[in-house]
Amino acid sequence: MPMFLIGIGGAIGAVLRYSISLFLITNETAAFPFATVAVNLVGCFLLGLLSSGFEQKITANPNYLSALKTGLIGSFTTFSTFSVEVIQLLQHHSYLFAILYIFISAIFGFLFVALGMKAGRSLWERKEPV
Amino acid sequence: MMNFLLVAVGGFFGAILRAVISKRLNHTYRFVHFGTFAVNMLGSFTLGFLVNMHLHTTANLILCIGFLGAFTTFSTFKLESLTLVHAKQWKQFLLYSILTYSVGLSFAFAGFWVAKIYLT
Repeated sequence: MPMFLIGIGGAIGAVLRYSISLFLITNETAAFPFATVAVNLVGCFLLGLLSSGFEQKITANPNYLSALKTGLIGSFTTFSTFSVEVIQLLQHHSYLFAILYIFISAIFGFLFVALGMKAGRSLWERKEPV
Repeated sequence: MMNFLLVAVGGFFGAILRAVISKRLNHTYRFVHFGTFAVNMLGSFTLGFLVNMHLHTTANLILCIGFLGAFTTFSTFKLESLTLVHAKQWKQFLLYSILTYSVGLSFAFAGFWVAKIYLT
């Protein structure tokens, strides 16, 4: 049952990622991959938010939490598309875009998880009577 | 509408397989996040291979966008890196980050290369 829920989350996450890519992808070759950057950074923020401790107050059921975190957000973000897009940029001699893409993903991905956690904590603390 | 369904089916199985492999391989070989690392490397190689095989649209939606997109994950990798920083495990953090980017890109490239050899 927990695996089935993770699968459902994964299906939703993949469809959301695909929908966003339909809006943001251009047919231009060697264009900067904004769609993947967008889903990966948004996903990092949301996973940080759901890992701040605040999430346990929303649902007591750990199966729902892993369906959201491992299933939905895990599938929404992607590493394979990132690495393949870097190789494609290199093959089109877009070296600057390739380096920028790696740099933005590495640094901002990390920052967005940290920001999500911070946001989650302050959201929860505000609701708690002092 | 059909396209969304194909991506969903791929995503369903990709997420489950990632969860199974992560559960089994994380915390082995003194490399805390070996499971996540393994799925990301395996997925990068396979996607590189499939992209260069120029699949039919249906197969591309199920396998590349749905299955492999969901099988690999970026957010979990970053969350795990941050957890290592919070735990002040600098060596593990550096090893995990550097290996994921360097081996991941190499594997994607190797996938392209294997497909090229296969097609000729």
